Amino acid sequence: MKKKISTLPFRGTAEQKQQLLEVIDKYKSDPSRLMTVMQEAQEIYGYLPVEVQQVIADGMHVPLEKVYGVATFYAQFALSPKGVYNVSVCLGTACYVKGAGDLFNKISEKLGIGADECTEDGKFSLTACRCIGACGLAPVMTINNDVYGRLTVDDVDGILAKYND
Amino acid sequence: MYRSHVLVCGGTGCTSSNSLKIIDKLEEEIAKQGLSEEIKVVRTGCFGLCALGPIMVVYPEGAFYSRVTVEDIPEIVSEHLLKGRIVTRLLYDETVGKDEIKSLNETDFYKKQVRVALRNCGVVDPESIDEYIAQDGYQALAKCLTEYTPEQVIQIVSDSGLRGRGGGGFPTGRKWALCAPNKAPQKYVVCNADEGDPGAFMDRSVLEGDPHCIVEAMAIAGYAIGATKGFVYVRAEYPIAVQRLQIAIDEAREYGLLGKNIFDSGFDFDMEIRLGAGAFVCGEETALMTSIEGNRGEPRPRPPYPAVKGLFGMPTVENNVETFANIPQIILRGADWFASMGTEKSKGTKVFALGGKIKHTGLVEVPMGTTLREIIEEIGGGIPNGKKFKAVQTGGPSGGCIPANLIDTAIDYDNLIAMGCMMGSGGMIVMDEDTCMVDIAKFYLEFTVDESCGKCTPCRVGTKRLLEKLDKITKGNGTMQDIDDLEELCHYIKENSLCGLGQTAPNPVLSTLRFFRDEYVAHVTEKRCPAGVCKSLLSYAIVAEKCKGCTACSRVCPVGAISGTVKNPHVIDTSKCIKCGACMEKCRFGAIVKR
Repeated sequence: MKKKISTLPFRGTAEQKQQLLEVIDKYKSDPSRLMTVMQEAQEIYGYLPVEVQQVIADGMHVPLEKVYGVATFYAQFALSPKGVYNVSVCLGTACYVKGAGDLFNKISEKLGIGADECTEDGKFSLTACRCIGACGLAPVMTINNDVYGRLTVDDVDGILAKYND
Repeated sequence: MYRSHVLVCGGTGCTSSNSLKIIDKLEEEIAKQGLSEEIKVVRTGCFGLCALGPIMVVYPEGAFYSRVTVEDIPEIVSEHLLKGRIVTRLLYDETVGKDEIKSLNETDFYKKQVRVALRNCGVVDPESIDEYIAQDGYQALAKCLTEYTPEQVIQIVSDSGLRGRGGGGFPTGRKWALCAPNKAPQKYVVCNADEGDPGAFMDRSVLEGDPHCIVEAMAIAGYAIGATKGFVYVRAEYPIAVQRLQIAIDEAREYGLLGKNIFDSGFDFDMEIRLGAGAFVCGEETALMTSIEGNRGEPRPRPPYPAVKGLFGMPTVENNVETFANIPQIILRGADWFASMGTEKSKGTKVFALGGKIKHTGLVEVPMGTTLREIIEEIGGGIPNGKKFKAVQTGGPSGGCIPANLIDTAIDYDNLIAMGCMMGSGGMIVMDEDTCMVDIAKFYLEFTVDESCGKCTPCRVGTKRLLEKLDKITKGNGTMQDIDDLEELCHYIKENSLCGLGQTAPNPVLSTLRFFRDEYVAHVTEKRCPAGVCKSLLSYAIVAEKCKGCTACSRVCPVGAISGTVKNPHVIDTSKCIKCGACMEKCRFGAIVKR
């Protein structure tokens, strides 16, 4: 899977770095915990820019290439920042046959961004996700932790408006 | 003692439609009425009937409330819980009889089901080890450790005929028996909970609804093969499952059911959770182990098999969640009981996740050998909106489509393989006449192209070429030669790929070619999509006789492709039309057609 790598400047804080170093310290004795560290790093920063990957590589005593390799292998790791509101449309089979593709296109058009992109004001980002397992509610999308199910294309405007304060 | 129990589904489906707020409101209202001492609210796992969520059941009456909202709660509490008058308006209509309410087990959705793996889902509070123990929990582990030798445990599992529920259907007992004799300083038991098939969610439901049965089963497997350490590899996308499983592990440790010297038998076993990060290939057992080790989750060539050299190079047994969920019951009720269900070579029950164009989406567990018709028409309630059933897709991206004329096939591992499909993890996506089979094949190929790990060429390059051909056909540029090429390439990829992902990736194409070849041919020779899905092959037109000239369509058209004057039939300029379908949605007279 090809990943979009952000060109936005890295804005990590000293506090975030401190948190990351604590995580590394907890797991550095076990090399199989590399993914755990990266998952927690993503919790801290929201994504994994190369600056963060370098800190992890140094801390876990592995080459940067290895961290980058793992980061690009798994769908969960993001190399671009997420918006304040991340819109994630499920394109799993159940949702797809119920029209999630149209839903995705409508949102993409409305926000003017494609998959894995973030609007310029940093407000919205858009992702296409795999099945979240709420197939009974298909088609489904999530905005941060809010889940919207049984959607139609006509619902999009109203839902996005809720986040446009 | 409580006089009444209110069970509210806390599975992912119902949680997504607000069941947690419903629980808060329930507790608030119950407290307001002063009933907190008399009524207990339990947050359970998945009931299976996700289409009707959020779901709530009140016992002892067994009143099954469906699609409950927060606003309904005060009425349920003041009427039902306080005064004993069931709020019939909110009951699932199938449970409403003439004079009484019917039990859930009499409804079409439940009456043919036999719940083994799901037996505690929707019954116990998954965050309470005591409730699990009250349902005979950890008795199977105790029985193994105190009455059986490891060899006897393996024999029971072998005799039961249990086969792996994650996809391939390898006999579980044989898997254990292959690993048990291998001597090593450390052995491992791994639970594969990286449920990657889109449309399958039974593993998640088991982990959310009955996490202790997985803990117990893994400890039993550890005892049988001589492993002291277990890993559960769960998708990070399943936060509720991860949290409940962690609670279960902590509780089991506290009760001494994990750790050193369990039941004073001298047997040690402990386990931890590792989170996946969204890679479909990690459902393949060697890729999963590579991932637990902290690497890119690429599969390894076999042999050596994991039973000899698996996780961290040590002998390892890996089973899927649903496989493990059957183990405690097999130990307690015996191999004969389990083997009495199912068909000759596929024993026991199987959980299916029903989705797509079907009335009752949700989880069902039926004996092996149940026919597709029973599952789709009786349990699933058939196809909504009066549409015609066209096909059912099983096995996700590794499986295939079964056409309507084979609906009476009994479902088991071997019948599915014979039809070019696969059990897979048990996803069942129902499709109606509006689904284009070429488009569906393309959809699955997009998925596998995305998820191919890139290690071996047949899968990395081959799936990409398949997708290109399919794309060409759906765009109306295909030739008959392309169809033949597709078929040849499919066989090549199947035979030469390194792991299960590549070996099964062409199945969606092969099975649709086999059963729906006419649709491929229509795309190629007539440049037509029979289901009306493939955009490039569609054109919109206005039926002059039906058009009233209301101008609604020309106003909504984003590209100004519709012209005409008021009260006269309009026309679509097909060279400008972008086929968005906006006009068709807007037309109140059904005058616009797609062809």
